[in-house]
Amino acid sequence: MSDAPLLTLTGVHTHIGAYHILHGVDLEVPAGRTTMLLGRNGAGKTTTLRTIMGLWTASAGQVRFDGQDITKRATPEIAQAGIAYVPENMGVFADLTVRENMVLAARNARDADAIDAERLRWIFELFPAMKKFWNHPAGLLSGGQKQMLAVSRAIVEPRKLILVDEPTKGLAPSIVRNMLSAFQRLKAAGATILLVEQNFAFARELGDAVAVMDDGRIVHRGAMAELAEDEALQARLLGLSLGAHQ
Amino acid sequence: MIASDRLPLLLVPVLALVALPLVGSMPTWVTLTVAGLAMGMIIFIIASGLTLVFGLMDVLNFGHGVFIALGAFVAVSVLAPMGGLTGSASMAANLVAVGAAMLVAMAVAGAIGYVFERLIVRPVYGQHLKQILITMGGMIIGEELIKVIWGPDQIPLPLPEGLRGSYLLGEAAVEKYRVIAVVVGLAVFLAMVFVLNRTKIGLLIRAGVQDREMVESLGYRIRRLFVGVFVAGSALAGLGGVMWGLYQQNVIPQMGAQVNILIFIVIIIGGLGSAGGCFVGALLVGLMANYTGFLAPKVALFSNILLMVAILLWRPQGLYPVAKR
Repeated sequence: MSDAPLLTLTGVHTHIGAYHILHGVDLEVPAGRTTMLLGRNGAGKTTTLRTIMGLWTASAGQVRFDGQDITKRATPEIAQAGIAYVPENMGVFADLTVRENMVLAARNARDADAIDAERLRWIFELFPAMKKFWNHPAGLLSGGQKQMLAVSRAIVEPRKLILVDEPTKGLAPSIVRNMLSAFQRLKAAGATILLVEQNFAFARELGDAVAVMDDGRIVHRGAMAELAEDEALQARLLGLSLGAHQ
Repeated sequence: MIASDRLPLLLVPVLALVALPLVGSMPTWVTLTVAGLAMGMIIFIIASGLTLVFGLMDVLNFGHGVFIALGAFVAVSVLAPMGGLTGSASMAANLVAVGAAMLVAMAVAGAIGYVFERLIVRPVYGQHLKQILITMGGMIIGEELIKVIWGPDQIPLPLPEGLRGSYLLGEAAVEKYRVIAVVVGLAVFLAMVFVLNRTKIGLLIRAGVQDREMVESLGYRIRRLFVGVFVAGSALAGLGGVMWGLYQQNVIPQMGAQVNILIFIVIIIGGLGSAGGCFVGALLVGLMANYTGFLAPKVALFSNILLMVAILLWRPQGLYPVAKR
């Protein structure tokens, strides 16, 4: 584990059409750590992830990943550089089977047999439903299973950084617990994760570091443990009440 | 390619069975059904690339018809000096000539398709109105260039000697060429099923039709894939043009624009972006055109528009809607 940032955003601005969404985002994601990106709805969290992935181009500022400037690179190049992305809508290919979804995510595999068997076993341990529904169309999976598939795709081959956008959104509490357990095991395996989340309890359990966004800017950064202990700060930054901790 | 929903597949036999009592005579019905299936297969070959192009990049290519006409005219030029083979009574010799014409037509249509994509389609990605205008303009220019090269008049494209005539199935006469068209159409369909379902390129196409942004996020360059599909779709339109020309036994520069209407009906019926839907839609359109052409010739084209309306009332997104993000 190292504190050297794997990903650095410096003064990043993003416009979507006429709208100025990010207003100079400064963010560091240390290697081997899980960084939580928190904030109210509309704060700019999803836009930050999409800008990192090149799905929206930064109008100013710089995105550096693994020592390289990726600000103006096309999305496929950014993915090939080693960033996996789990979007808010999960991005599951509904008409394809779970197996086909995984084959696509494994860029180096021509078919399912060519996927690293050891890694696949590990994924099946994390998410047994993936094995059970291996040949089922992904569109028939439940919301939680689709999220598991989306995360499985992101880890089917080693990636340097995993971006995850609200993995607990709309999931039942029992599924959220499964998801938390899976991310904790991923984290234990040394993965570097930047995870957007609205569920503070989930973020508190998982995060090493935290950055809080508001109105397209980072308004707080530090250790997750510090934010978790400071209820006044939580209330100020996130508008959280004690009920949110239950 | 065709999802677990098999219900739309039943429409093909249902339409054929509904037509049987209306036609009244079994031999006539067999002849019309084989003709309809042959026409449907040719339309499928032409339309399959167009529907994938739309599915992958939301590109409305109203210029697709020019590749049909181009393929047919190239076939005229290729077959002209092959009189020895086309005039032979041997079906094998005929098929060698027609096969050569098909290959050359596909190569020319594919190459022109590449240029068409770069010069005409690429500047208007994501702009539907401009796509419609500029691709229609491209087709008009293409037609005019065909007139410059081959002349404005209708040119006969007779079937080779050995492909003329009919097979007799009981009392029903089934034209040899229509059987060949069904066989070629099935071969193209099966090849497409194989590529789309058994290869990684096919997986990428199917995934790209659903969510191209996610395909790019996985590290694949969808634009390269799109160019490949555009070129393959143009080549298939060229192949379809050869078959359509031989089916009609003549070619005119406007033939692409005429067939365009049918292929747009087909891809809308099938569900924009769905190759499986395109196949079923093409068979329905081919059968409907032949049955109504026999029963009520004046409403032949209208019948297919009626078919489209009926299907869209049942399934507003077409027979096999693509699960878009």
